[in-house]
Amino acid sequence: MWRDAVLVAGKDLRIELRSRVVLNQVAPFAIVVLALFAFALGPNRAPMLQAAAGLFWVAVLFAAVLAVQRSFALEANDGTRDGLRLSGLDPAGIFLGKAAAISVQLIVLEILLAGGVVLFYGAHIRSYGAVLVACAAGTAGLAAVGTLYGALAAGVRVRETLLPFLLLPVVAPVLLAGTRAWQVALGTGPGGDSADPWLRLMLVFAAVYLAVGVLIFGPLQEAA
Amino acid sequence: MTLIIDGPPPSGDPGPQGPDTTDPSTEPWTARTNWIVRVLAGVSLASVAATVWLGLWVTPPDKVQGNLVRLVYIHPPIAWVALYLAFGIAAGSSVLWLWPRTRRVAWDRLAASSMEVGTVFTGLTLVTGAIWGRPTWGVWWAWDARLTSTALLLVLQLGYLALRRIPGDPDARARRCAVGAVIAAVDVPIVHFSVNWWRTLHQGATVLNANLSPTIHGAMAWTLLLGFVSLTLAFAWMLVVRYRIQVLSDRLEGADLETALAERWSEGEQ
Amino acid sequence: MDTAVSLRAAVALTGRFPVLAGIDLSVAPGEVLVLEGANGAGKTSVLRACAGLLAISSGEAVVLGHDLRRNASAVRRQVGMLGHAAALYDELNVVENVRFAVRAAAGATENIDPALERVGLVGRLRRTAVGRLSAGQRRRVALAVLMARRPALWLLDEPHAALDAGARALLGEVINEAVAAGATVLLASHEPEASLPLAHRVVTLAGGRIVHERSLAHEAPAPMHVVGDVHVA
Repeated sequence: MWRDAVLVAGKDLRIELRSRVVLNQVAPFAIVVLALFAFALGPNRAPMLQAAAGLFWVAVLFAAVLAVQRSFALEANDGTRDGLRLSGLDPAGIFLGKAAAISVQLIVLEILLAGGVVLFYGAHIRSYGAVLVACAAGTAGLAAVGTLYGALAAGVRVRETLLPFLLLPVVAPVLLAGTRAWQVALGTGPGGDSADPWLRLMLVFAAVYLAVGVLIFGPLQEAA
Repeated sequence: MTLIIDGPPPSGDPGPQGPDTTDPSTEPWTARTNWIVRVLAGVSLASVAATVWLGLWVTPPDKVQGNLVRLVYIHPPIAWVALYLAFGIAAGSSVLWLWPRTRRVAWDRLAASSMEVGTVFTGLTLVTGAIWGRPTWGVWWAWDARLTSTALLLVLQLGYLALRRIPGDPDARARRCAVGAVIAAVDVPIVHFSVNWWRTLHQGATVLNANLSPTIHGAMAWTLLLGFVSLTLAFAWMLVVRYRIQVLSDRLEGADLETALAERWSEGEQ
Repeated sequence: MDTAVSLRAAVALTGRFPVLAGIDLSVAPGEVLVLEGANGAGKTSVLRACAGLLAISSGEAVVLGHDLRRNASAVRRQVGMLGHAAALYDELNVVENVRFAVRAAAGATENIDPALERVGLVGRLRRTAVGRLSAGQRRRVALAVLMARRPALWLLDEPHAALDAGARALLGEVINEAVAAGATVLLASHEPEASLPLAHRVVTLAGGRIVHERSLAHEAPAPMHVVGDVHVA
């Protein structure tokens, strides 16, 4: 399982290094989203700063949808979907490998977005620990659910519209918890709040969906 | 339950996911099961009518909330059916379908039927909740924790129904839907906790709610109990009917298969 | 294992259309079977069913000892398929693609270089992204994957398409070597002049069933040399 996961993750990341689709298209898109939020909230920095934590996570969610779509567009090409099933790879390994590759790409996007939040919205990160844990756990959770739904929608003709509709409601807890944790870390929250319960929630979310994915990806892959 | 909703076993062994090739012109259910379903329909409709009568005419208005308190006879029962019963059955039967040892077409049908009927109940939960919220909070929608998580559940259920409508092979559809249901089911408790922490305007559990039912006793308690019974029965009846529609449409597809096979063979004889 | 492939009244559906309409087919280990038939007769579907990619909804299907109706995925590590569209990643180069496929199937990576050399993908071509190759060159890459993986069952769908005369001759050699090493080959083809010299037996499909079958009198040409053992995972 782990060997197959490394193989698949390496393959996906190598393709991304060659094609740079996520870096050259998804990352600018995410930054544009941040800029659009700034336009919508007006030139005053106060409302932007107030909303910064939430806007960061909304941008991450949108970027995650695109990253998942890209990840499964690789496999939709010609015969590769059948190829992956015929390859003899362990389904759990495929799941972990694809989720890991998506995670790595999302982390890069999150670093860019965090920079954007600091730069555009004037946010000041007070607790790097909370920010890092929130990003790590949130990313793993997003990538796990994203990989599951990406595979679920992969064989379907209406996948471009189906994926966001399925994925975004399920990851609502990541948005809620991530936003609250970031509010604490940026000092823009209701005040006196601790980030710990939210970080725990995100860790549970990630662990649960990674476990579900490992168990369920085999049967899921057969739904061609 | 399975006694009532399952037809007689199809002739031959269609395999775990084989097409049901029973002749569709035959009556799929025995007179006895038809009779049971009719009794269920009658009892559930009569008990819903009795709940309405008790709730609107017999029970007194509340001192604090006035006539608004009458929602307590249907809102919690509808929510119980939507959030626990229907979703629980759908999630449970999806897991049973996914587990190779217990894989039966019946579980897929039951999951689909329960999710579809449950979606209606989730919608009704939101509507009755909003109707209660308008005079209580002054707005239809207050981002109350429970309303919010119920709304998310509705979106998850609509997602399942969207998966259900994707055309294609019945086995692939069953697989896709079962996986979708499991992903959604795992999300429900997480959504519940996160939204609860996120914001709690609602007060305690609804049945024991001090605000919504301050002096629940006598006729009111009995009406509330009847509300739970009658809406559970109504759900059971709708579930059985929906399941039977599923069986019939599967049989229709099975009938299509017979003609499709004959047509396919004739290609070779040209 | 007395048969490599055994289908009994097998029905397979895509949507509600029976692409396989109760087919009976039995293939012995080490046999080269050619599948003939018009477009839409079900040739590709037979190959996909044998690879466990197309679900059998009724009847029996046993491939390499695995019951496809119970566990369709178990057979896949032992099956190599050469389809209409090669299962290759356009962004990766030739060596990377072959290495990924061989390592995924737990094959021996030392077979890769000889295989690539044999199909003529050497020098600069080895490091060229597959997306830039011609259709025939992509076929050669897919063939190299099969040669390096050494599956027990080869499923070849129109393998001669897009191949030049040299590559066709090579394909014939490779098939003969694989059979000599114990592999079974199912080959769907429109081109009898290219496929029949390789075949032990020919079946004609129509309407998702077998309508005609004949054994070929000639013996398949003897292999020139044996490459090695068939890889059975």
